[in-house]
Amino acid sequence: MTTTQILFWLLSALAIVGAIGVISCKNPIYGVLWLIIVFFAISGHYVLMNAQFLAIVNIIVYAGAIMVLFTFVVMFINLNEHPEIPKNIYVKAAGIIAGLCLLIVLVAALSRASENNTQLRIDTGVGLIKNLGRTLFNDYVVPFEISSVLFLSAMVGAVIIGKKEKQQTV
Amino acid sequence: MHLLVINWAMFTEKLVLIILVVSGSLVIAMYSTYAERKVAAIIQDRRGPNRAGPFGILQPLADGLKLFFKEEIIPKFSSKFLFILGPSIAMLTAIMIGAVIPWGNKFHIFNRDVPLQIADVNIGILYIFGIVSLGVYGIMIGGWASNNKFSLLGAMRAASQIISYELAMGITLIALLMLTGTLSLKTMVGQQMDHLWNIFKQPLGFLIFLICAFAETNRTPFDLAEAENELIGGYHSEYSSMKLGFYLFAEYVNMFLSSAVMVTLFFGGYDIPFINDVTFIDKIGTNWMAVFQGFIFFMKILCFLFLFMWVRWTIPRFRYDQLMNLGWKVLLPLALFNMLVTGAIILLHQNHWHF
Repeated sequence: MTTTQILFWLLSALAIVGAIGVISCKNPIYGVLWLIIVFFAISGHYVLMNAQFLAIVNIIVYAGAIMVLFTFVVMFINLNEHPEIPKNIYVKAAGIIAGLCLLIVLVAALSRASENNTQLRIDTGVGLIKNLGRTLFNDYVVPFEISSVLFLSAMVGAVIIGKKEKQQTV
Repeated sequence: MHLLVINWAMFTEKLVLIILVVSGSLVIAMYSTYAERKVAAIIQDRRGPNRAGPFGILQPLADGLKLFFKEEIIPKFSSKFLFILGPSIAMLTAIMIGAVIPWGNKFHIFNRDVPLQIADVNIGILYIFGIVSLGVYGIMIGGWASNNKFSLLGAMRAASQIISYELAMGITLIALLMLTGTLSLKTMVGQQMDHLWNIFKQPLGFLIFLICAFAETNRTPFDLAEAENELIGGYHSEYSSMKLGFYLFAEYVNMFLSSAVMVTLFFGGYDIPFINDVTFIDKIGTNWMAVFQGFIFFMKILCFLFLFMWVRWTIPRFRYDQLMNLGWKVLLPLALFNMLVTGAIILLHQNHWHF
């Protein structure tokens, strides 16, 4: 095994253990912390594929911003005392079915992908920020701009929701 | 079959560098506590610590020893693991920033060029940004695990403050990145050695970055997370012994390393002002040049450390709503404006000043 392969298996194991930790632990704070570990493992995978920009953005956005907000909310509503476990059998059944559907989709996608699996080489520099920027702004400018408009509308929506609540309370 | 291929020379070189940087930041943080008390004393017309050793120079050692010998108290209803994890993360994230900062150009030993930077990654600034955004976990986890209302409030304040000021900081960095066209800190320093320092191109950006750095390190006037007259001690109310020491220490390490980042980004890093580097290297050799560059870098950092302390003992703490107003209604629009103006000027410049 080469160093890359050892790292790959270590990171994969870490990601899977973390993901199991997220759904198995009862305290939501620990769940959030496990999820952060998963994000780190995934970022490690990105680094292995020489996509440093994606790796660090994954950490900044998910581990650094979104998970902080999650922790923030979980700490404030203080779920740690008596965690509510849904006992309704229909909810459980729906969860299982949804999970299995996702599994089927993933397996189908991955089995296709293995046919034309091209190994990413270190020296190609596909994921470096320069190449990424060139690709985004040359080949995919329209989707990029549309997604930025989407973000903007989401931001405006958040502001409007915030303002409405304020008017009601005052 | 090679299991692990390690370039041992590079391994030792990096290991020595890591040990030097970590211990160096810790020692400087240690003496920052002493310096802070002395600066406070001068500003308030007192003498400051002067008992331990000549001029009280052993005071940090005495403080550290005291913290080590205090009783360790872990509150009964707190989550013990998270309670210990909190200060550890705070310290870890504080020290990790030092990995991408270039401390000097290079040494030439044993026929090898040893760059004085642990890792010249091509995403240098983003790495710093990522680590800074993780730093809030140390405070949040510690504050929550204390199982104390005041600690929790302090942690929440810290989290919201750091998230708010990260925005303005990030947008300021965008303007800087548009100018330099690189994310690598070493390349940035190289550009500043050849041309003007970035402070002359981005004065407004620097000001915003400075204010955000104060907020990110939880220093006065933004130390609402530990406002003692509102929250007892804030997020570290329940901490004692060296775990408290870690939190207090992490603040000083953060201060030192954020000064280093600001110097690197805006004040030319290890660039020696008013000196032609090429002729100077010919005169004194590469190694002495590196030493001299490191020295200049530290002098610049010390100026910033003094600024941090000066502000702390001069400006009173903000109120919480003032803090949020400043972050969202003043700094964020200013940073956006700065970014737009920078972008427009760069575009004009590329177009040879034709509209």
